[in-house]
Amino acid sequence: MPTESTNPADPTRSAALEATELTVQYPHAPEPALDSVTLVVPRGTFYAVLGPNGSGKSTLLRALLGMVPHAGGRAHVFGRLVSDWDRRALAREAGVVTQSESMAFPITVRDLVAMGRYPYLGALQSETLADREAISEAMRLCDLESLEQRFLSTLSGGEIQRTRVARALAQEPNVLMLDEPTASLDVRHEMEILELLRASADRGMTIFLITHHLDLAARFADRMLLLDRGKVAAEGRPRDVLQEETLQHVYGWPISVSDDPATGVPRMTPLSTALQPAPERAADSS
Amino acid sequence: MKPLSWAALLGLAVILVFLLSIRLGSVGLTTGEVFAALRGEGDLNIQRIIVDLRAPRAAMAILVGGGLSLAGAVFQALLRNPLAEPYILGISGGAATGAVLAIAMGLTASLSWALPAAAFAGALLAIVLVLRVAATADNRVDVRVLLLAGVVVGAFFAACISFVLSISDARTVRSAVLWMMGSLAGSDWTTVVMVTLYTLPAAIALVGLARPLNLLAIGEETAGYLGANVERVKRVAYVLASLLTAAGVAATGVIGFVGLIVPHGVRLLVGSDYRVLLPLSFLAGAVFLTLADVVARTVMSPAEVPIGVITAFVGVPLFLLLLRRSMGARHGAGIES
Repeated sequence: MPTESTNPADPTRSAALEATELTVQYPHAPEPALDSVTLVVPRGTFYAVLGPNGSGKSTLLRALLGMVPHAGGRAHVFGRLVSDWDRRALAREAGVVTQSESMAFPITVRDLVAMGRYPYLGALQSETLADREAISEAMRLCDLESLEQRFLSTLSGGEIQRTRVARALAQEPNVLMLDEPTASLDVRHEMEILELLRASADRGMTIFLITHHLDLAARFADRMLLLDRGKVAAEGRPRDVLQEETLQHVYGWPISVSDDPATGVPRMTPLSTALQPAPERAADSS
Repeated sequence: MKPLSWAALLGLAVILVFLLSIRLGSVGLTTGEVFAALRGEGDLNIQRIIVDLRAPRAAMAILVGGGLSLAGAVFQALLRNPLAEPYILGISGGAATGAVLAIAMGLTASLSWALPAAAFAGALLAIVLVLRVAATADNRVDVRVLLLAGVVVGAFFAACISFVLSISDARTVRSAVLWMMGSLAGSDWTTVVMVTLYTLPAAIALVGLARPLNLLAIGEETAGYLGANVERVKRVAYVLASLLTAAGVAATGVIGFVGLIVPHGVRLLVGSDYRVLLPLSFLAGAVFLTLADVVARTVMSPAEVPIGVITAFVGVPLFLLLLRRSMGARHGAGIES
């Protein structure tokens, strides 16, 4: 007999995110963008979502939070049907960093991070001590304190992404969802964000990360989901999902999987379709 | 300078330009005569000029200038573009068509309220048309479709005006064209009360939406994830800002570019936080239009330059400047993939 609480009605035991045969059909699209996807993201898990371009990763994020209409299936956030959530209450549970956004008007780092407090504030209410603490803590975690009064237009790509992550952290969410947050970042900035996410997960926050970086996902994530044309191709622990055959089928490209000697986690190496070794460069050895 | 200091300064400026506006005019009066008339003393003719002609005119400039500026700032957040202006959305076209129809049918001679009522009905028709066209696809309002719908609806109303004018007599054409150029000359206390009843509640409600409007300016998807009820905020703000525009256009004719010039200037002073931008835009717009009206009345006195000409002379160069800038490096743009 299990010794832990197994009462399914106990709300504290419900998963952070849950999808049951979730289907999304965009108007005029021949195929559903998301086709009967079932997944469970337990609380405190670092969950990575992988898949080729157009496989439905961003649609999955939107559908999980009820931002696109569901053609079928259900999505639950912390045990409650997503359509039953009030948007402000949902924003206190789930923070999102979308793929991109453009500012219509100039804005400072501090003001953008402070927008994360919207779900906590009344229409004309000013920031309370708790709000100010959440904002400074989010900026501290993302190493933004020295940039507080800078305008976003003067920042580098990495600094802007850290500002957007800080805004989501200022929401004090229990689940943080990010759509390719490191797509345009160099190695250091990418690692800084991933280590911040890993540390947040270790403190109990649920992380839902969409990424193209198979190696880094293998290294940081507890579980992962591989999407292929809107369907689940594989789900589970990184070592179980990242199988050569599965990856080659999903990405349509020969990929070799081996253990990385430095980290001990699976490492993916895309091969050449010609399956030939790289040409010898005899002329270089002068 | 703190936003509250700006608010106090602009509030004081509204009072000063009001006094300036009733002091200056084609009939030369001394400051003493003006203050005597305000206390209900002195020459009855002077009292009439001050209390029944100049004061309602200045009050109307304050209301309409404030309302148009506030509406412009709101449209800029809704459309995420500092170039957005009430006129781009075809609302002035609808209002002008209604007014021109009323003038051509000779209703304005017998019924003093016919022109504002017809202009108001035309403006509301334009709002409904633009919203209907733009909001069909899965019940959401797509901003690009909305802008295009505004341009097309505006073009349709412009064609309606041309048609009505082509079959009207010369006197009607002259009076309609004068109305379309915009003027505060017809203001009386009845229309001031009417415009106040529309403007003040709508303005207060829009200031209450300042925080979600801030989120909308970053992007609709992000605003939704931050907890804003995006579609509802958009609809309410769109309708209220259009009502504000319609009330102003109905009472004073087409006065363009106020909603572009004033919010732009206020953004330069205090930034783009709508909790500050909206109230200050109202005050600054009141000052701007009152001053523009003083210039319109005095620069070629006793003849009057249409106030729409003054605002266009200031607004068009600014519009072109902003357009050039937005075509080049996207001003203040943070992230664009």
